Amino acid sequence: MTLSLTPKRKQKLYVLLGLVALAAIAVGLTLYALRANINLFFSPVQIAAGEAPFERQIRAGGMVREGTVVRNPDSLDVEFTVTDYVDDVRVHYSGILPDLFREGQGVVVVGQLHQGGHIMADQVLARHDENYMPPEVAQALEEAGYKPEDFQQKAADVAKRLEAEKAAGNRNGDGATSSSY
Amino acid sequence: MLTQMIPEIGHYALVIALLLAAVQSVMPLAGAATRRPLWMAYARPMATGQFLFVAIAYACLTASYMLDDFSVANVANNSNSMLPWYYKFSAVWGNHEGSVLLWSLMLAGWGYFAASFSRELPRDMVARVLGVMGLVCVGFLLFILVTSNPFERLLPHMPADGADLNPLLQDIGLILHPPMLYMGYVGFSVVFAFAIAALLGGRLDAAWARWARPWTNLAWACLTVGIALGSWWAYYELGWGGWWFWDPVENASLLPWLTGTALMHSLAVTEKRGAFKSWTLLLAITTFSLSLLGTFLVRSGVLTSVHAFANDPSRGFFILMLLGITVGLSLLIFALRAPRVSHTVGFSWLSRDALLLINNLMLVIMTVTVLLGTVYPLLLDALDLGKISVGPPYFNALFVPLTLIMSVFMGLGPISRWKETAPSLLVRRLWLAAVVAVVLGAALPLIFAERWSAPVAVGLIAALWIVLPMLRDLYDKIRRASTLGAGLKKLSLAYWGMQLGHLGVAVTIVGVAVVSNYNIERNVRMGPGDSVQVAGYTFTMIELTDRRGANFLADRAVIEVQRGDSNRRFTMNPEKRLYLATGMPMTQVALRPGFFRDLYVAMGEDLGDGSWAMRVQYKPFVRWLWLGALLMSIGGVLAVADKRYRRMATAPDPEEAALKPAGGDRGKEATA
Repeated sequence: MTLSLTPKRKQKLYVLLGLVALAAIAVGLTLYALRANINLFFSPVQIAAGEAPFERQIRAGGMVREGTVVRNPDSLDVEFTVTDYVDDVRVHYSGILPDLFREGQGVVVVGQLHQGGHIMADQVLARHDENYMPPEVAQALEEAGYKPEDFQQKAADVAKRLEAEKAAGNRNGDGATSSSY
Repeated sequence: MLTQMIPEIGHYALVIALLLAAVQSVMPLAGAATRRPLWMAYARPMATGQFLFVAIAYACLTASYMLDDFSVANVANNSNSMLPWYYKFSAVWGNHEGSVLLWSLMLAGWGYFAASFSRELPRDMVARVLGVMGLVCVGFLLFILVTSNPFERLLPHMPADGADLNPLLQDIGLILHPPMLYMGYVGFSVVFAFAIAALLGGRLDAAWARWARPWTNLAWACLTVGIALGSWWAYYELGWGGWWFWDPVENASLLPWLTGTALMHSLAVTEKRGAFKSWTLLLAITTFSLSLLGTFLVRSGVLTSVHAFANDPSRGFFILMLLGITVGLSLLIFALRAPRVSHTVGFSWLSRDALLLINNLMLVIMTVTVLLGTVYPLLLDALDLGKISVGPPYFNALFVPLTLIMSVFMGLGPISRWKETAPSLLVRRLWLAAVVAVVLGAALPLIFAERWSAPVAVGLIAALWIVLPMLRDLYDKIRRASTLGAGLKKLSLAYWGMQLGHLGVAVTIVGVAVVSNYNIERNVRMGPGDSVQVAGYTFTMIELTDRRGANFLADRAVIEVQRGDSNRRFTMNPEKRLYLATGMPMTQVALRPGFFRDLYVAMGEDLGDGSWAMRVQYKPFVRWLWLGALLMSIGGVLAVADKRYRRMATAPDPEEAALKPAGGDRGKEATA
């Protein structure tokens, strides 16, 4: 079969080639950018099991363990422990924590896991969730073989006590110069 | 007595509206298919009636909110007796059920306007357009009645007071942003209906494009303002000064905007040159489908964000079905009927036609990349392949270069001509603009900023490259007239609309480039007496006080700001509020807006020893972002006001001459 290239066909061929080239460039760039910027999610159980990569941007989540938030008195550095009530991971962060960040509440941190087993977070996201447990964490726990009863009761107890404390704190702090909540 | 029945009246009105919408879709479509004028005549009265009854239902829900009727579940969950009246009014759409009702109200409203402003259209076209819109209305009204009834009662155990509106939503942003955004989303249903009508009727000519263009522009203008309002709201409400997060919900609104932009340009080619016909139809279908996809993403609960109210899987499933049916059916109609309307028109590869084709390609590529980054995590999650998230770097890495490439062509587009443009003409008219853009763009950051930044320079060059050729074009057009006034008079509103729209893009590019690269953010620990210097401003915390608002308690910082060594001082008062009904804390930012810079102070957290973590930011040119969007939408509206849309003649339009470049330096080109 001979392919005679009339001017019209030639033009169509160029258009087609141009489109294919453009599409190839676009797809290539997209896949490259996508691969370099995907953040995988890990729960403390998975991090403890060594599933998370070191020195790569990941997301990790769980509950902020009570009494673990330590602030540096001179700067905005803060450390806290994220737990899924089975395993823990220590998080270092420098900056302002979100409004909804509270002990016993769910958080998701974005950052890098370091050799010592702690996470240097660039970003802390607080979640206001009725179950006091980010869905990803609940799912990871269930996959690791834990039943919802193992952690839900604990989480609910903590939440209830914090609510009570907060309510009490509000009454006391009402009208004071620096009420805390 | 009657007030107690308001929710039932609203519910009943919705049922009637559904029935009217069903008649509106069936009768006119069947009538158009069988050529029965009587059946087709059902379209207009049904569209009017449907709008009336949806409006009644909407008014009933609003009344329930205003009257604090907490026996209505929707009111009890989202309002509170302490809420100011304007937030009660807007709380109607601050939740899933109410916002879907607003969606339907706007849909019915666009249908009503389409019915009123289509007197000159052929009968079968009107019947088909309104019939298709009726079908969409049926889908959404069914959705409300089956899965999201806003009039559900909490009887006999009604609460004494409501659970309150989310404090993040207690803001002017809630009053403005959702209605505007919905106007845009829903407005694309009109051009979608026009597209399906053209496919069904097999008629797609310049007149059709002229009918469809104003609706597209209006919807697009609303969407533009809606997106900008959302960005502005997030900027001051979320408390950390970001204006675009590449959050899936934001992306959901950007997607129809991108294809809508492509559609506007493609329609121009279809009207002027009779080309790109199937492409235009496909874009119209895509744009509305993406609006529906956005609704699905936001309303189904597959995303966790401030926008996701619903977590009922049946709702998500229903919208997904609606989306599937709409996309499937319209693509089927497209596949069967598009060959009838398409027809080939030749044009050279250096012409306005070709440049608009490139514009469309770029916009579609942008759409695909954003869509991929948005739905990829959702797909993986749905297929149980892991939980991932795609971060802003992905979007920036693709979106920024694509925008820059497009701005290169944006500089060429308005100067070039339909069908064919001589390269020598472009070179002669644009070389100066190119040189000035590059020199000025590279030099401006050197002169006005403390450090030169390559991304800013590139952004400025792109913006100047868009603006300077337009100025040149304007100059050439006016110069040939006897007086300046006469020259200006000859230019059509459509021309000004285009100029303003493109200027808006340039302004937004400048804003994005400058604020992204010269933004200064300092997170500091501050107690009374402490001060911090940011970009030549000294921020001193004078004292920490507290105050009581209508429904919140607030810690309040008094910050005195001094510029350099000058004596001009002013105070800023950021707050950290605790909303009493929900116990939710919220950051109230203190802003000092300006044309060239914003100062932004937010209270972070109480550090316990009398000091607070404070976020102090200097945001140069941030206003330009939204100013650009505003200019774009004004451009879109201005183009609609053009004379030729008011005269619905099918004959070639003498105004067209004004739209074409009036010629170059020498007279010989005038005949080209």
